[in-house]
Amino acid sequence: MAFEYEKYIRKGTLPHIWCPGCGHGIVMKSLLRAIDGLKLDKNDIAVVSGIGCASRLPGYLDMNTLHTTHGRALAFATGIRLTNPKLKVIVVSGDGDATAIGGNHFIHAARRNIEITLLVFNNSIYGMTGGQVAPTTPLGAIATTMPYGNIDPPFDVVKLAEGAGATFVARTTSYHTAQTEQLIKQAIMHKGFSVIDIIDACPVQFGRRNKPKEAPDMMQLQKDNAIPLQLAQKKKPEELTGKIITGIFVKKDLPSYTDTYYNTIIPKAQAK
Amino acid sequence: MVETQTVEKKPQQKHKIKIIGERCKGCEICVVYCPEDVLAMKDLVVAVSNLDKCTGCMRCELFCPDFAIYVDLPEKS
Amino acid sequence: MEKKALLISGNEACVEGALYAGIQFYAGYPITPSSEIPEGLARKLPKYGGVMIQMEDEIAAMAAIIGASLAGKKSMTATSGPGFSLKQENIGFASFNEIPCVIVNVMRGGPSTGAPTGPSQGDVMQARWGTHGDHPIVALAPNSIPEIFTETVRAFNISEKFRIPVILLLDEIIAHMRERIIFPEKGELEVVDRLKPTVPPDQYKPFDVTNSPLPMVPPMAAYGTGYRFHVTGLNHRIDGFPTNNGELIEKELHRIMDKVELYKKDMFKTEAYMLDDAEIGIVAYGSSARAAKYAVNELRKQGVKAGMLRYITIWPFEDNAVEKLAQKVKFIVVPELNFGQLILEVERAAKGKTKVYGVNRVNIEIIHPHEIIEKIKELLHGI
Repeated sequence: MAFEYEKYIRKGTLPHIWCPGCGHGIVMKSLLRAIDGLKLDKNDIAVVSGIGCASRLPGYLDMNTLHTTHGRALAFATGIRLTNPKLKVIVVSGDGDATAIGGNHFIHAARRNIEITLLVFNNSIYGMTGGQVAPTTPLGAIATTMPYGNIDPPFDVVKLAEGAGATFVARTTSYHTAQTEQLIKQAIMHKGFSVIDIIDACPVQFGRRNKPKEAPDMMQLQKDNAIPLQLAQKKKPEELTGKIITGIFVKKDLPSYTDTYYNTIIPKAQAK
Repeated sequence: MVETQTVEKKPQQKHKIKIIGERCKGCEICVVYCPEDVLAMKDLVVAVSNLDKCTGCMRCELFCPDFAIYVDLPEKS
Repeated sequence: MEKKALLISGNEACVEGALYAGIQFYAGYPITPSSEIPEGLARKLPKYGGVMIQMEDEIAAMAAIIGASLAGKKSMTATSGPGFSLKQENIGFASFNEIPCVIVNVMRGGPSTGAPTGPSQGDVMQARWGTHGDHPIVALAPNSIPEIFTETVRAFNISEKFRIPVILLLDEIIAHMRERIIFPEKGELEVVDRLKPTVPPDQYKPFDVTNSPLPMVPPMAAYGTGYRFHVTGLNHRIDGFPTNNGELIEKELHRIMDKVELYKKDMFKTEAYMLDDAEIGIVAYGSSARAAKYAVNELRKQGVKAGMLRYITIWPFEDNAVEKLAQKVKFIVVPELNFGQLILEVERAAKGKTKVYGVNRVNIEIIHPHEIIEKIKELLHGI
């Protein structure tokens, strides 16, 4: 049956603002199918975002939504999470929002292992502001602030999250809708900080200045370059250049921040 | 507003494809990825060109970034 | 809280005041001279079932308390100059979206790293204009340990009642000095909780004031209570969604600015000390006002009829009190631990009815009473 996305979308907010062929709408659909699959109550979900194209997503969702300042979504979300442990808190953030200006909050939320799911809509460009280079823009790619080819070595968002201590780290692409849905489900239910690096396509600001240009071809590239982690582990590093390694990289159950505060700190303080 | 175009297959047809024209931004992802070439662009908006080849794989609905195309599979009788 | 007197510091009084006001969440970042506040709340807040967290920077701390407030919890952060500068963008978010929260700024020598263990009053204009764009804000300036307690409670009450961030301006002196205090009983001081919506969730608009029992103040729902609302830093309509419609933008901006105009009488607080027959006026606030009061007493002993008008609410600034004073005194002296900031408001409000002089100290020490006395005598001599 056609999926009832409209059940989760605020009346009158479609058509959304994203450009023709932008992957954000596809990933938003995967998110909604994941939420539906988990049978979550819309009242118990908070969706928080920073600034940028992807960060306009919460406005479309009929949930507790908050569109904050650039890079700070995780910090706002931490305040929500710690004071309302019943809420599932999902942060939607672009690659710039999450790893450039938001980098400090990214690594500390991971270190803290606070129960928040961070979805990085990683299209390797600052789309909203017109196509500037981002921390995940590939070397050599053209951006308005790298007209001669990008010389900023990009982050590996998965390694960044892993290194900072996130206990659920995965990667997928907007093309892999079923995998995105499954990973988001696991991430939301994970008791700790979960990050999914979702490789996304921005035809208008990235595609236009690079190759391939059109949305379908950019998605095809995602498909062709994707390689599951289990296979990638058997390959030599040079065989993996330019590849998108997908799947779950980290899945650990460690005490989560909110649980520890409520189950250890508060009882200890009240016992004194 | 472009009216909602629902094309129904002949009685023994299986699927119904609903297109909300005003949401389609002409990105052509659905047209490219439909394995059976069921869809085609008609003045910058997607349209069903041969419905009877639709297998209900849902790719167009899954891939449409703009919530502009839905595929209804028949209820199992 | 038994009825016995304690000898505690200003920072500790701020902690107790916050607990009395019903604080449920604190997020902070270490910075001298405010650190005793997070330290106290780290110990005491969980006793009350509340949550205290040290975030990765002041920006994050300010963001976290906004998140907590949107989840329905009374929240506070404390910092000093450098952290106060970092928090400004999110203070603007809180001001624009009428998020109840309290921001304590324990002023220290500035600018930049300045003198972490030295006092100053150099952030007064920053408290008003620190963040970009026209926006409403409230700032209070207590100057004794008991008053820090009561002004912390008042800061929460103003922020909760009128849905506005309130800045509590302390400085290193009053934060670290100790004074005697007897805590008020539960119920002795009013504690206000925010207005909750009465309309059902599907009719709720986060910034709709049409039938609010408190004119211009929109009832505030909380995340996770069945009210699924949207909040954004973009210019927004009363339903919380972004808009580029200039008319709606203007209307909403006017409403949040006019709200402070409407309720400024509820927010104003000054102390008049020997003003009735004063011929010389001193306008002061915070720790400099302590020296000013001493100076008034000394001058009176020497037959000089001085009086002090002390501002406890700095923003919004109460003009009439200065205007009245300016009409009857020979001149006004404004002692400040900066190059002259609140004096600009005093001069504006005096409307040329009298001369206004500053007594300014910027060497990270408190102004001594004799400096004020000598300045006044010098000015008297000159007349």
